[in-house]
Amino acid sequence: MTVDHEVDLAADFDGKFGPFGGRYVPESLMAALSELEDVFNDATRDPVFMATYREILRSYGGRPSPITKCHNLSRELGVDLYFKREDLNHTGSHKINNVIGQALLTQRMGKSRMIAETGAGQHGVATATAAALLGLKCTVYMGEVDTERQALNVFRMKLLGAEVIAVKSGSRTLKDAINEAMREWVACVEDTHYCIGSAMGPHPYPYMVRQFQRIIGDEAKQQLLDEYQLSPDYVIACVGGGSNAIGTFTAFVDTDSKIVGVEPEGGAAIGRGVLGVIHGMRSQFIQDEFGQLEEAHSISAGLDYPGVGPEHAHLAQSGRATYATVNDQEVLDAFQRCSRSEGIIPALEPAHALAYLFREAGREIPLGSSILLTMSGRGDKDSEQVAKILGYLK
Amino acid sequence: MESYGSLETHLRKVRSGGRKILVPYVTAGYSPEWIDTLHHVAAAGADAIEVGIPFSDPIMDGPVIQAASTMALGRGVTPLSLLSELSSESFDVPLVVMTYCNLLFHAGIERFGGWLSEAKVSGTIFPDLPLEESEEWSNYAASKDIDNVMLVSPVTSEERARTIASRSRGFVYGIGLMGVTGVRSTLEESASQIATRLKAVTDRPVLVGIGISNKDQAHTVGSIADGVIVGSALVKLLINGGGPQGAFDFISSLREGLDEIDG
Repeated sequence: MTVDHEVDLAADFDGKFGPFGGRYVPESLMAALSELEDVFNDATRDPVFMATYREILRSYGGRPSPITKCHNLSRELGVDLYFKREDLNHTGSHKINNVIGQALLTQRMGKSRMIAETGAGQHGVATATAAALLGLKCTVYMGEVDTERQALNVFRMKLLGAEVIAVKSGSRTLKDAINEAMREWVACVEDTHYCIGSAMGPHPYPYMVRQFQRIIGDEAKQQLLDEYQLSPDYVIACVGGGSNAIGTFTAFVDTDSKIVGVEPEGGAAIGRGVLGVIHGMRSQFIQDEFGQLEEAHSISAGLDYPGVGPEHAHLAQSGRATYATVNDQEVLDAFQRCSRSEGIIPALEPAHALAYLFREAGREIPLGSSILLTMSGRGDKDSEQVAKILGYLK
Repeated sequence: MESYGSLETHLRKVRSGGRKILVPYVTAGYSPEWIDTLHHVAAAGADAIEVGIPFSDPIMDGPVIQAASTMALGRGVTPLSLLSELSSESFDVPLVVMTYCNLLFHAGIERFGGWLSEAKVSGTIFPDLPLEESEEWSNYAASKDIDNVMLVSPVTSEERARTIASRSRGFVYGIGLMGVTGVRSTLEESASQIATRLKAVTDRPVLVGIGISNKDQAHTVGSIADGVIVGSALVKLLINGGGPQGAFDFISSLREGLDEIDG
């Protein structure tokens, strides 16, 4: 199957999703963001650049990722369930789609180094991978708490040649890794590109990352049509910063599909956040009564972010998408049920989307519905953590 | 003719008196003695004081000011509690609040502006509120006699630097180096360069901050700029227990360095 991916990724855009988005950064970074915006627009209109991007995703990344019809879960739940298999990509998640694009832009800008933040380590591993492939230097910032939760991914990044810095400030999780990466970027912006891993941050990042990730939804829509002659009743994905979700949703916003983003209860920036301006963007954040950013708490390091990408805030406010929350126990149950029933060990992040489905099939989601769920990553990285929680390992 | 706020009026007067402007930065609430520290800093020869309101995610600050912010937040202070403490004090020099724009937007500009007025604050600096997003606050603040100070970086273009200098009020903040706040043992050339560039495009007072940590560095940059801002070097001394008297001694030495400059 091939998606005729002739969408103009550049499309002039001012960086505002309704009242959300924008560019709120220190003056030292303003010039770099303007340059990045120009280079992105220019590159994505260059057929040679786009051909290179698509070819790397095909022959190195493993695209297109397949659609799997989940016969067993469909029978159990009384629905018609399809997974978009981003877990089968090189490096084990959807993150590779974005980093290949940004690594190519780094080269195009004549910069020699990428820095990145990472939560679960998936984006860090993907960035280190793209840097190794294209001969770029790479430094990854990771909260100290996460380096402990995801020790194996720290080793993978080092194996790939990246330097990993354990961030000890604040809550020592993803939000602090972002702060530290931004500080580093201010100091070395001339030769370094900040490869943000989600559809968040100052313009053009939320838009650019979405455009590099929209291949998920564009492919899935076409595959469902070609292989199953259907347009899904529901499109469901997990949301932390929200890049796999926005990459999926973008293909469906102008269809009749119902769109659902699933947040962790302890990091539900849409569910219980309020308007704020942090990390370069106006969006929804979990804050205290004076506007100090609070820590997110969830079983999944990849979703442990107290904010959300601005386009999700906009989709929620406009009512085009709905956002639900699930708790850690529901996620653990879903992680195990998907493994047993379907023979697919999901990452804890998409296990949030599964948990919502398992809870709501036959309730919010009518029996017989067709459902596209983005399996954004595989669970190998989480197996040790879950084994400890379940008492299999000490 | 443009009318100046009381902060800018004061700084212009200092400048026309042949004196270089010294603006120390103190993190509000780092310790219960912070108010006493402000009084000592003023007595040591500061011409204005930058008061940092701690924010949970200070992306423009290095380890020293982060540590002071964490100490303050750990004591349970809030923007309102700190500004309330200031409101019952009186200083001979203007106070300029430096913090991040989420605290402003979360409170709402009218409420935040009200807190600042109560605290007799006459200027603000938001390092994450760029030119394009600053107009609403700048205009509102001006109506309350609060000057919103804007920053120019070493990589800001000439044209943009001119625009920022014209929209900035109080003074223009020249960022001395590409990096976040912190103590540096050597002065970057970019500090003198930004001073030269800004003096060429504006008549407003030009102060340079970030990376100015001692008397010699203050002297070098102050020879070109109208003055300097010194933050991390002072805050480092304070969080290491230097106390108000230590702050007085340090600021006195910087004052000396600036006073040696021939006007």
